[in-house]
Amino acid sequence: MVAGLAILLSFQLAGEIASRALGLPVPGPVLGLGLLLAALALLPDLAERVAPTARVLLANLSLLFVPAGVGVVGHLDRLGEDGVAIFAAILVSTVLALLVAVGTFLAVRRLVGAEDGESQ
Amino acid sequence: MNDITGLWSYLSQEPLLWLTATILAYLAGDAAFRAAGRRPLVNPVLVAVVILALLLWISRTPYQTYFKGAQFVHFMLGPATVALAVPLWTNAARVRRTLLPIAAALVAGSLTAILSALGVAAALGVRGEALLSLAPKSATAPVALGISEQIGGSPTLTAVLVILTGITGAIVVTPLMDALRVRDWRARGFAVGVASHGIGTARAFQVNETAGAFAGIGMGLNALLTAILVPLIAGWL
Repeated sequence: MVAGLAILLSFQLAGEIASRALGLPVPGPVLGLGLLLAALALLPDLAERVAPTARVLLANLSLLFVPAGVGVVGHLDRLGEDGVAIFAAILVSTVLALLVAVGTFLAVRRLVGAEDGESQ
Repeated sequence: MNDITGLWSYLSQEPLLWLTATILAYLAGDAAFRAAGRRPLVNPVLVAVVILALLLWISRTPYQTYFKGAQFVHFMLGPATVALAVPLWTNAARVRRTLLPIAAALVAGSLTAILSALGVAAALGVRGEALLSLAPKSATAPVALGISEQIGGSPTLTAVLVILTGITGAIVVTPLMDALRVRDWRARGFAVGVASHGIGTARAFQVNETAGAFAGIGMGLNALLTAILVPLIAGWL
């Protein structure tokens, strides 16, 4: 668990340093994700070390958004008189994006025959 | 009476109280979610946020004080993002088999998220800074805030819209996909990652690990694509 956390934090740190040093528009943790993926390809044994910690973090990912969510409540008045219009835009666009993304995925999957026995 | 006042002034200044409250509120949200037969509207994040917002309001606690405790939870978002590499690696073979569906769904989903939000909001009379702040709302928060600033939106407003988009996606995805009888966890997960970033991804991990892995891919790729598309589209507004 501690070793896993050390690995994750080290890759986040490396990503943060790379993002700032190179002035990249990608946030440090996302770069860290890419770096860890590259490291896993080179050293597959690393997976055993990080997997338990990664599983715990990802299984409780929802919890980690709670502080930011609480912050949003204090700013809801910023929506002002546009509030209803913006809520409508978010609802419609989120449903449409889900429909278009899943529809496109399934249509192209059928086209290229990328069936997946495991998930059917 | 003095003792209680003293105790409160101690507790209200230390991180322990609000860190504990954050975790307990989330557990309460999760318990409510299970008790409600896993109804999507009883989203654990939403329930926890409502409980904590009420507690802060009743106790007149400023958000900055709350965040001194909650920051320890918030901080874990960084390592959790890095941790997405693990399910991605475990599913590498399946990801390679679906590169084309992923690429097509990414472009179509990302464009739909941006253009339909702008279209609906503009049709309902939203203009200027508020409209610009809405454009990057499907990207993960740190990326969306950067884009918003770049195109002349308000990063604070964008932060609100990003969270609202995440919660909306997390609530609608399961009933929507079930109603459409979509059984491919890769497609379901990828779509929710594109449409509603990390909060959608968190929801996907609660439902199915493959869906979670593909949601993580959708979130990461859409962060990149949104950073490219939104400044271009904002140029036409």
